[in-house]
Amino acid sequence: MRRGRISVGQALFVTLNTFFLSLVMVACFYPFLYIIVSSFNDPTDLLRGPVYFWPRMFSVLNFQYVLKDPEIVRAIWITVARTVIGTVVGAFFTAAFAYGISKKRLWGRNVIVGMTLVTIYFSGGLIPTYLLIAQGLHLYGNFLVFIIPNMFNAFFAFIMMSFFREISPEIEESAHLDGATEIRIFVQLILPLSTAVLATIALFFGVWHWNSWFDAMLYGGRKLMTLQQYLVKAIQSVNVSVMSANYRSQSVSSQSLRLATMVLTTFPIVVIYPFLQRYFVKGVMIGSLKG
Amino acid sequence: MLVLPAVAWMIVFNYVPMLGLVISFKEYDLFLGPIKGFTQSPWVGLKQFQEAFTDRYFLHALWNTILYSLLKLLFGFPAPIIFAILLNEVQKLRFKKFVQTVSYLPHFISWVFVSGFLYVVLATDDGIVNRILLQLGIVQKPLLFLASEKYVPSLVVVSHVWKSFGWESIIYIAAITGIDPTLYEAAAVDGANRWTRIWHITLPCIKSTIVVLLIFTVAGLISANFEFFEQMYLLRNSIIQDATEIIDTYTYRMGIQLTRYSYAAAVGMFRSVAAVILLAIANSASRRLTGQSLY
Repeated sequence: MRRGRISVGQALFVTLNTFFLSLVMVACFYPFLYIIVSSFNDPTDLLRGPVYFWPRMFSVLNFQYVLKDPEIVRAIWITVARTVIGTVVGAFFTAAFAYGISKKRLWGRNVIVGMTLVTIYFSGGLIPTYLLIAQGLHLYGNFLVFIIPNMFNAFFAFIMMSFFREISPEIEESAHLDGATEIRIFVQLILPLSTAVLATIALFFGVWHWNSWFDAMLYGGRKLMTLQQYLVKAIQSVNVSVMSANYRSQSVSSQSLRLATMVLTTFPIVVIYPFLQRYFVKGVMIGSLKG
Repeated sequence: MLVLPAVAWMIVFNYVPMLGLVISFKEYDLFLGPIKGFTQSPWVGLKQFQEAFTDRYFLHALWNTILYSLLKLLFGFPAPIIFAILLNEVQKLRFKKFVQTVSYLPHFISWVFVSGFLYVVLATDDGIVNRILLQLGIVQKPLLFLASEKYVPSLVVVSHVWKSFGWESIIYIAAITGIDPTLYEAAAVDGANRWTRIWHITLPCIKSTIVVLLIFTVAGLISANFEFFEQMYLLRNSIIQDATEIIDTYTYRMGIQLTRYSYAAAVGMFRSVAAVILLAIANSASRRLTGQSLY
């Protein structure tokens, strides 16, 4: 793309641009590095001053300490369970709907599509939804409250629908002639052909479940505490103990515990992220082409 | 057959709550229980709405919602465009790819982490930011980042931009990649420098993408979203309580914490209806300007 003379101005632009983008990149990445190196530093040593790029005194004491708490172990299990089950259920339920509305011959298709679009732009809001889920359906404090209200997503359904449309109809026709039912065609033919879009949507569901905090706070109760809730608790508890001022005498400060909890809560995403990011990008591209 | 379960789901989880909005015009009676509460509570007309618009705290929350939304739009909207354009000027492919990949990492991180991070680095006595500022002699005593209302707008905007610019740049990067390279070559032959090329080729070529996304961003500005709730609610502490109050947190406090269901439902409904009106305006603007629209 670059042709012609390379003037001083050009060179300056390239240098400044590279410098600026490097800064942007550091701004995106450094917060994680800072939290990670601080959490792996010896807690007493950390009180002497911050560490920036590498632990001054390497130690896993903070993590040993945090993981001793049965509450976080429980929270990890609950979060993993809701992420795995919620992702599988959500992806299949949404895919089945998307496959159905991708067929022009579906009876009442326009009404159903319109009905789905409305839900993207208008909702009853927090209070009626809360009353329905917590009191009407008695799901408060029930593990299913993480799964059932989140098993469908209209936006993801439209992303999947545009993908299913690309699948050649001849495949289905031949299966029809062999007497296969719609459900069989969907499960045995369409789903295996759609791993790319399924993976994308599953990832969106998975990240959402893992990070979700609001619904756990609303409907979970103490018994179903998730990792994000545990982290909120850890963050808020520090604010209290800073004032009591005697935490410095403990071998593990609440600040260090908070850092370790932050790492534990976020690390699965940061670790799997480099491998999965291309799917996310694909997903947003399919979505934007449609939108 | 495949569609019916999801349709049933939508009726239960989307349309029943919409019907439930009738309690905005009633005085929900807690003792009647969830079903009778909706059907048998007494009608009170627009009382809840009148109450909201005479409540100082609601008006404050409304003002904050509008202010923060506009600030987010002002800074958050151009950021991904600028980033995408600058990234496009990079020649080294590996550097480009790497920067891009890192830039959307924040999108996948929870608001809980973001608020925790802010509380760690902006702490008054041992936060890294205050330490550095003190050491460099920029400030004489630590700044009360999280205990002073004047920093709230900056915190809201910076954390929003940090979390969203990389992800939102994907669409612009794709649009820029689609530009015919011969345009740039012709410009280079004519001796156009980088700024002229950005200004006269890149920007005009992605103009329609920018317009469409701007309209949808405006349309989504005041629609209720739990991300905005999480961002504000987690930033909140007793000292900056007023400055972090937005309609979503206000609805939560009134409805869930104080169980004033009818009142909070009315506040929520006001917001939903305003969002739909804004969407309709943005949509017709879009149709007139770009020929593209939702319906």
